[in-house]
Amino acid sequence: MSDLLKYAIELVAVLLLALGIKGLSKVRSARGANQLAAVAMGLAVLGLLINYLGTSGISIAAWTWIIAGTLVGGVLGAITAQRVPMTSMPETVALFNGCGGMSSLLVALAAALYPAALDAAGPVAVVSIVVSVFVGAITFTGSIVAMAKLQGWLSTPAWMQSKARHAVNIALAVASLVGAVEMLRNADSSTGLWLLVVASGLLGIGVTLPIGGADMPVVISLLNSYSGVAAAAAGFVVGSQLLIVAGAMVGAAGLILTQVMCNGMNRSLVSVLFGGALGATTAAGGGGGEYTNITSCSVEECALTLEAAERVVIVPGYGLAVAQAQHTLREVTRVLESAGIDVAYAIHPVAGRMPGHMNVLLAEADVPYEQLQEMDQINPEFPATDVVLVLGANDVVNPQAKNDPNSPLYGMPVLDVQDARTVFVVKRGMSAGYSGIKNDLFELANTSMLFGDAKKVLGDLLVELKDLGLGKK
Amino acid sequence: MFVEFLWVLLLGSLLGLELIGKVPPTLHTPLMSGANAISGITVLAALTAIIKAGDNTVLLLLGSVSLGFALFNVIGGFLVTDRMLAMFSRKPARKENR
Repeated sequence: MSDLLKYAIELVAVLLLALGIKGLSKVRSARGANQLAAVAMGLAVLGLLINYLGTSGISIAAWTWIIAGTLVGGVLGAITAQRVPMTSMPETVALFNGCGGMSSLLVALAAALYPAALDAAGPVAVVSIVVSVFVGAITFTGSIVAMAKLQGWLSTPAWMQSKARHAVNIALAVASLVGAVEMLRNADSSTGLWLLVVASGLLGIGVTLPIGGADMPVVISLLNSYSGVAAAAAGFVVGSQLLIVAGAMVGAAGLILTQVMCNGMNRSLVSVLFGGALGATTAAGGGGGEYTNITSCSVEECALTLEAAERVVIVPGYGLAVAQAQHTLREVTRVLESAGIDVAYAIHPVAGRMPGHMNVLLAEADVPYEQLQEMDQINPEFPATDVVLVLGANDVVNPQAKNDPNSPLYGMPVLDVQDARTVFVVKRGMSAGYSGIKNDLFELANTSMLFGDAKKVLGDLLVELKDLGLGKK
Repeated sequence: MFVEFLWVLLLGSLLGLELIGKVPPTLHTPLMSGANAISGITVLAALTAIIKAGDNTVLLLLGSVSLGFALFNVIGGFLVTDRMLAMFSRKPARKENR
């Protein structure tokens, strides 16, 4: 009877998790879907506890340790989730993800050290442990490195940019394999286990460290997929079908999402993982070049042009997110709207610090959802647009991607802002975007550069617009 | 038993591939974050380890730390995803109030 209950609960949990993932891919159902998945998770835990209560029972000691772990992890997780600013979302996801990997790693470690207690003897169990340790360790160290790089705590050491890193990583992979084989050959010795733990942990660092900041979201998405794989492997170790299904679902879904993100950035997964930072190779090999013919202008001129406009399109980018200028931007657009100017936001699929991140940031700043337009929607509208304001975006508005077959960007989907009558580019300096490629847009006759930090420029612009009498009711 | 598990793995993977066909870019970040929370389902493995540990303190400790890490992932992941998605959904509601 208890078995039947267990299977019923597991089945419902799997169903809800699947519906949750499915619902998360539609705007309307996303929030409910997330809550559904949370309920499914709670149900799964409840089912497991009920099952053990009905069979072997749960000792007082076990309860104590369960409550201790739950309190510490749960409270820290809740606090982190509440406190973290929306701009640091990529780091936060990386941190959470790394902890999931660590959890799988620790369970596998426990099973390897005490196989009798967890019924984890025999070659099948050992292979599951190996996979769980290997993937779990890579997920953990890789995610932590990704987080540290995004926070700016870590930069890539020079030797890591060289080809030598491939040799180091291959050596680490081989060392992991040697450890795994040793575990299979000699079940009583833990030498192989520790070799595997250390080597795969270092491998996670070695693989993630050379990857440039712009590609990091793809890596986080991939590591997210890995943590699913690690969970599935942990499911094999402890013999939980629910864990295997859920882990496999996240692993596969994460892989698809990674692919979708790569497509949006016109990068192949292979080049993200093994190519190192894009700028390091392309800038040296041409495609760069000096700028001539740059027009820069003052905030006053920009304000005057905006005042005379009927339709304005904002192109927000990474620089806006870094400067945390989304709230000031919202103020500026409010003033424009109050003067009867039509305002829209053009959102490139990879705008912000990771795909979809810009939408979150603008939503936080109270920008109406209907004003956010996706690339395919807005591209045909640029010829009818008076002013485009590019804020901290670069590669996503580079016309080279359409016009120059020799450009490394060629083929990447971009916003055709050059079709608008006037383009203002707010940028800190003439440095290249993260691809390290020259942006032809900046040299066009209808483009003017406004140099400065996005937040400061927008603040000045707001003052100028108000001086012109806009925004007064 | 093992073969049964392999089937479960296979079907779970196929389901995952099927579930995400078309995702609007708006949702990439929340989807990643939500899926990430689900991968914290290793709480089940951690709980199993603790319950089966008996009086083995090292095993209890390993299981408990593992549970802490997993729950950090689960609770934090779901809450932060909800925070993000709340921003998307509250907009139309507020507009109607005006």
